[in-house]
Amino acid sequence: MTFASIPWLELAVAAPLAGAVARVRDPRAAARWCLALSGAGLVCAVIACATADDPGTAGPLARLFGRPVFVLDALSAPLVPLVALLHFLTALATGRTKLARVSFAWLLAGQAVRVGTFACAAPGDLAVFLLLGVVPPYFDLRRRGRATRAYAVHMGVFAALLLGGLGASGTLAAALLMGAVLVRSGTVPAHVWVTDLFENGSFGAALLAVTPLVGMYAAVRLVLPAAPPAWVLEGIGLASLVTALYAAGLAVVQTDARRFFAYLFLGHAALVLVGMELHTAISLTGALALWGSVAVSLAGFGLTLRALEARFGRLELTEYRGLYAASPALAVCFLLTGLACVGFPGTSGFVATELLVDGVVGASPVVGFGVVLAGALNGIAIMRAYLLQFTGARYVPGVALGMTSRERAAVLALALPIFGVGLFPQPYIASRHHAAKSVLTGRGPETPAGTPDPVGIRPPQGSHRAPRPKRDRRRAERHRRSGPSTSTPGGT
Amino acid sequence: MTDLASVAGACGTVAVVAPLLLVFVLGAPALAGAPLGERATDRACRALIAVGLLSVVAVFVLMLTTGDRHVVVNLGNWVSIHHPTDEAAHYHFAVKFEFDRLSVPLALLSFALCGTIGAFAARYLHREPGYTRFFVLFAVFLTGMVTASLADTIETLFAGWELVGLSSVLLVAFFQERAAPSRNGLRVWVVYRVSDAALLVAAVALHHTAGEGDFDRVLGSAPWPHGRATLPEGQALVIGLLLVLAAAGKSALVPFSGWLPRAMEGPTPSSAVFYGALSVHLGVFLLLRISPLIAASVVLALVVIALGLATAVYAYLAGAVQTDIKSALSFASLAQVGIIVVEIGAGHWFPILWYVALTHLLGHACLRVLQFVRAPSLLRDYRELENAIGEQLPRAVGPLAAAPRGVRGRLYRFALERGHLDALLACLFVRPFVGLFRWLDRLDRRWAALLRGAEPEPKPETVRPPAPVQPEPAEHRT
Repeated sequence: MTFASIPWLELAVAAPLAGAVARVRDPRAAARWCLALSGAGLVCAVIACATADDPGTAGPLARLFGRPVFVLDALSAPLVPLVALLHFLTALATGRTKLARVSFAWLLAGQAVRVGTFACAAPGDLAVFLLLGVVPPYFDLRRRGRATRAYAVHMGVFAALLLGGLGASGTLAAALLMGAVLVRSGTVPAHVWVTDLFENGSFGAALLAVTPLVGMYAAVRLVLPAAPPAWVLEGIGLASLVTALYAAGLAVVQTDARRFFAYLFLGHAALVLVGMELHTAISLTGALALWGSVAVSLAGFGLTLRALEARFGRLELTEYRGLYAASPALAVCFLLTGLACVGFPGTSGFVATELLVDGVVGASPVVGFGVVLAGALNGIAIMRAYLLQFTGARYVPGVALGMTSRERAAVLALALPIFGVGLFPQPYIASRHHAAKSVLTGRGPETPAGTPDPVGIRPPQGSHRAPRPKRDRRRAERHRRSGPSTSTPGGT
Repeated sequence: MTDLASVAGACGTVAVVAPLLLVFVLGAPALAGAPLGERATDRACRALIAVGLLSVVAVFVLMLTTGDRHVVVNLGNWVSIHHPTDEAAHYHFAVKFEFDRLSVPLALLSFALCGTIGAFAARYLHREPGYTRFFVLFAVFLTGMVTASLADTIETLFAGWELVGLSSVLLVAFFQERAAPSRNGLRVWVVYRVSDAALLVAAVALHHTAGEGDFDRVLGSAPWPHGRATLPEGQALVIGLLLVLAAAGKSALVPFSGWLPRAMEGPTPSSAVFYGALSVHLGVFLLLRISPLIAASVVLALVVIALGLATAVYAYLAGAVQTDIKSALSFASLAQVGIIVVEIGAGHWFPILWYVALTHLLGHACLRVLQFVRAPSLLRDYRELENAIGEQLPRAVGPLAAAPRGVRGRLYRFALERGHLDALLACLFVRPFVGLFRWLDRLDRRWAALLRGAEPEPKPETVRPPAPVQPEPAEHRT
């Protein structure tokens, strides 16, 4: 057995799963085990990503089912380690005062299911993991004695639409799958489960349930390859644009930090979906790039908020609290990760938003204006939240409330990709472009990560958005005259 | 000749990289929890700003030597996506900087003023709790100014534009123990976001009408101010109006003027260099940069003139009744900005006025910085003089007193209320927006409660911190 022949991807799922089924009573011991097994899952995921080009030998699941269940391709290669990293950092940043209240078993179960989700490409397997993924948040709500009906209703509708879409064919299947994606992404008016989860669930569990943007993954894996009619993608785009504007506006006026974060997430998830609707290489590259950027930035922002909550209780956005003096490092992390969410220059979101806006405006100036407006509103919301939390009459605590070394390590670990990609974006953008091409040519599952694409982009078979030959000819003419075009800026 | 051009390119690169390096030198240790000491911070500022300044001077000298009035420093593609067959699927983000008659003076001014004010601030803020924070933001501001002034593509300009905005806002809210600077900082931020959005939409529109974001392709390849816009008049007007909106937000032109006196909440060094000299002129610089668009559209030129006149008159009236020196200086600054904008608009008919506007900008920035940093000691001098002579110094009658009796009262009311501009914007935009979304939020909560089974909304587990300690007095210096 060689190093590459070890089924690393299966192990990335199995390691946290083993921890989830183990019974450890002592919270401190459970935290240590959780960290160790989550870290082991992360290491396995990283190795699986690094050895994705090597075919190796079939894993136990592949031998069991007679086909590969977990695969890494251009789309999922960076996402699987990213999801594992988010879980590991959340476990790492969990404060000792919260150990008794956190269910490490469910955290590990969530990691196993979500890593499995992003490692699946076949529709049937993916549907199983998507359905399993709704379970951990449900039990988190129940464990805290909160009402589960809103969450259950939405997830019930999601499950029905998903199974219906997989069972149906043609336009009906596309429409049902579109509905499933919209519900899972928290698109208005099916967004209430997200705010409900953040208000009533534990912050860490809610954060991990939403930040990987599972709905987007379902859209790319299930809706796009089905070659849906144009109105399906346009419907997703329109609903997403409305959601982006609605959520950005509501984020500006929120008085509760958790709801503020929920709307911030909803707005960004919707922006990512907008890029998918337009179905061009540039817009899809922008959407995929923004996906990773938003996941990392929002996770960092969420962890910072969680660390603040661990010190000061549920945060309100109604008065100036003056927390800067008590924890300046948290203030800096709050601002940096918040600005990264809205694609500020120097952060990973800047170029991603540039690409998205460039692709979107090429197809529809009105949608482009909406995207810019949503970005501007999100920026206002983040600065408002920062000023309300960290400025005002100085709060001097009786005990040290600075950032712990674990929290600092977690946020700095997320800051590395945020600023690393922000300053040197080419490798990341190139990998996302490769993934976008794979998706557009319908070869996603088969194309191994890092393999150069020998053929050009062609629209998938079917009746997508009608091509714009005149515009394309004009642009091609300009390119011939003056070289390739530069970008349009984004990053609001 | 080629060697000189490559030397100029290398110097230009150093000029761009030096402020960025300063951000890292000051910011990285602070982020790691071990900020540099005051002396090390001061030395880093002096050294890297001097390097940047000397680099721009070197480029300037080389331009004079070679006779080349348009030196382009192309740092290559930051991001590049190529496609073997589909040319429309190409994308690249070029990082290009240009040194010409417009950008070199502003870059020189930025380095010179930031160096001077940096040295001033090192003493002014000695032992201030936010010393490191100030200098990190100051370095971000310098990076933004240099990037925006030297940008050869609208995308690069936009990146610098945003950095300037962020640093400005955080320095307005520098004295964060009081709520007023934070409130004012948020107001400034909102106006800046509107301005940023307008610039972004303009950039996107420019890109998709002209196919390029490079200034030399859109505004003509001739050195400034001899460029000729390649766009038809109608497109030039639409894009120009968006850029004027962006400039109006950044330079506090009417109707966005209300944020400028509010921005005076920050420490005096940043007020001096931001709102007396550089930041407030960035919008004006943008108008000068797009002067070929103004030349292409008479309507755009008339709009620019009207905006400038309105701003100048407004600032003159409002400045006449100010009772604190920083507010008075801010309105005086704004009045001059308005006049510069008028000069830029009139350049449509008399292009020589663009040189006048640039000279006006440079002179005004230097004078105003001096006035701002002199302001605190001037007040002390006045007090000493009054103590020495035993009575108040004679005060000149304000200009509004000379107005006819019938309109004098109205003029005073208009000036004291600062033209009701803030109230107007609040009434037209802010209140409807907030009202609409609060109503939607209530609907959202009701819908969520209904889905939950109409149970009462859970009470948040807020743990209120104990009563805050009163802020230390006298941190806000005028």
